[in-house]
Amino acid sequence: MPRRRTVANTARRRQLKGPHPPRLSAWLAQHRKSAGSTLQQLLRQPVATLMTAAVVAIALALPTALFVVAENVKALGGDWQPSAAVSLFLETGIDETAGAALKRQIADDPAVTSVELISRAEGLTEFREYSGLGSAVDQLIANPLPVVLEVHLRPSALEETVLEPLLSRLQSMPEVQFLREDAEWAQRFEAMLELLQSGAALLAILLGLGVLLVVGNTIRLEIENHREAIRILCLVGATAAFARRPFLYSGAWYGLLGGSLAWLLVSAMIWLLEGQVAHLASLYHTSFALRGLGPAEVPLLLASSTLLGVLGSWIATARHLGIADAP
Amino acid sequence: MIEFTHVSKRFRERGDALKDLSFSLQAGEMAFLTGHSGAGKSTLLKLIGLIERPTRGQIVVDGRSLGDLPRRRIPFHRRRIGMIFQDHRLLNDRSVYDNVALPLAVTGMSGREIGRRVRAALDQVGLLAFERARPVALSSGEQQRIGIARAVVARPPLILADEPTGNLDPELSSEIYDLFERFHEVGVTLLIATHDQERVARMAHRIMRLHQGRLVADSGNW
Repeated sequence: MPRRRTVANTARRRQLKGPHPPRLSAWLAQHRKSAGSTLQQLLRQPVATLMTAAVVAIALALPTALFVVAENVKALGGDWQPSAAVSLFLETGIDETAGAALKRQIADDPAVTSVELISRAEGLTEFREYSGLGSAVDQLIANPLPVVLEVHLRPSALEETVLEPLLSRLQSMPEVQFLREDAEWAQRFEAMLELLQSGAALLAILLGLGVLLVVGNTIRLEIENHREAIRILCLVGATAAFARRPFLYSGAWYGLLGGSLAWLLVSAMIWLLEGQVAHLASLYHTSFALRGLGPAEVPLLLASSTLLGVLGSWIATARHLGIADAP
Repeated sequence: MIEFTHVSKRFRERGDALKDLSFSLQAGEMAFLTGHSGAGKSTLLKLIGLIERPTRGQIVVDGRSLGDLPRRRIPFHRRRIGMIFQDHRLLNDRSVYDNVALPLAVTGMSGREIGRRVRAALDQVGLLAFERARPVALSSGEQQRIGIARAVVARPPLILADEPTGNLDPELSSEIYDLFERFHEVGVTLLIATHDQERVARMAHRIMRLHQGRLVADSGNW
């Protein structure tokens, strides 16, 4: 073989493009080719591909749906969140001026977002409106109501360890006659939401492992089917990375396809339930629209499913492609 | 090009395949490895291509000691060797072109350069017209020539052939040996294992005879 010619060719190529760009572009071209040909191969057997992708999709749809439910419950609770508040009924001897001083003092607490002062006159007006005792109230000679401070809390203050000391501190103030806690239900709601979210997270971990196994097993079968090709590739000098590449792309495609199907499934679920939720909301005289996966969450779902696919096939190739180094 | 120093290979199942083998093959030499089946010819070739590792002894190929070669360097070692097998080892789900292109594709060469070299290699073995065909559609002799095109496409300095004419009739065998002679003329080193002793005796090349894992005859450097 005239090797001098080869050397001359290489030298000429280097002169034209420099030593590095051709290698990088060749490497990219290899990846493009690998990605394209594995996709073609998967599409050539659509039923088998769809089966694997569907299993991946169902495994991913479950935690995704639970996540969507949790997000919706959170959005529902968000409407009530401002009423996570404590009402302080001040001693009858405390007038509006003294109340305002106390208001400023309490507002300095880091757990407090705002404090609202309800004057005795405002309290009476409100009482007359909502109690239905309008004329009876008008008969009163003096206003019997105390000044009220409505203390709005940060959501983070609903933690037991923050809330309890705060409440006892407010309670023990000499100006405070008694305290009504509206925060309890919010606390329970928060706890339930947290339970739902950790449930979704646990399910996601469990089913993510399932996806790894499903993709890993599919890739293992593919490796078995391509034993001879892998052996020949290794004989002609393919590196382990080269032999492994098409399988990693297969895994990535399974993951991406499964993730897209999962997105479709969850969207279909939302679409199916939307009408019923709207009806239920109208019975409560509110308008509440079910929200699906947001513009940040869809890419996150697709990226993590693709990553799971790559990881699953990585494990399979690491275990079963051992032949790559020495057939 | 190849140097064996007291090389032995023992398989756990079959026992000794090669015993205390020492020889050297100069660059540009063409040599035949003969002996009955089971004499150790294939094992010897596998040691050179690092498909097997020796139990004892040292092997130097192209100036590199194979004993010190880490696993990850093995692919790069194999790229400098063209291997030809009795059963061709072609991929039947790919075209002739893709089969021949394989040794170049694994190096990350650009598509256009691959095309030029693959056609040159196919032209050398006289099968340029079949680049689109599947290997199964070709005769056994043609398939072997495809295997040879694949072995030479990357222009390796060393070619190893294991019974390349084992399945071929004499006329087709002659064509194959003519090809080897042509590679020899341009300076490629060839080591060819065959049990076709009659033919080998008629060709003016070095002959090494293996018997039960030992080198029992060596006609020496030509």
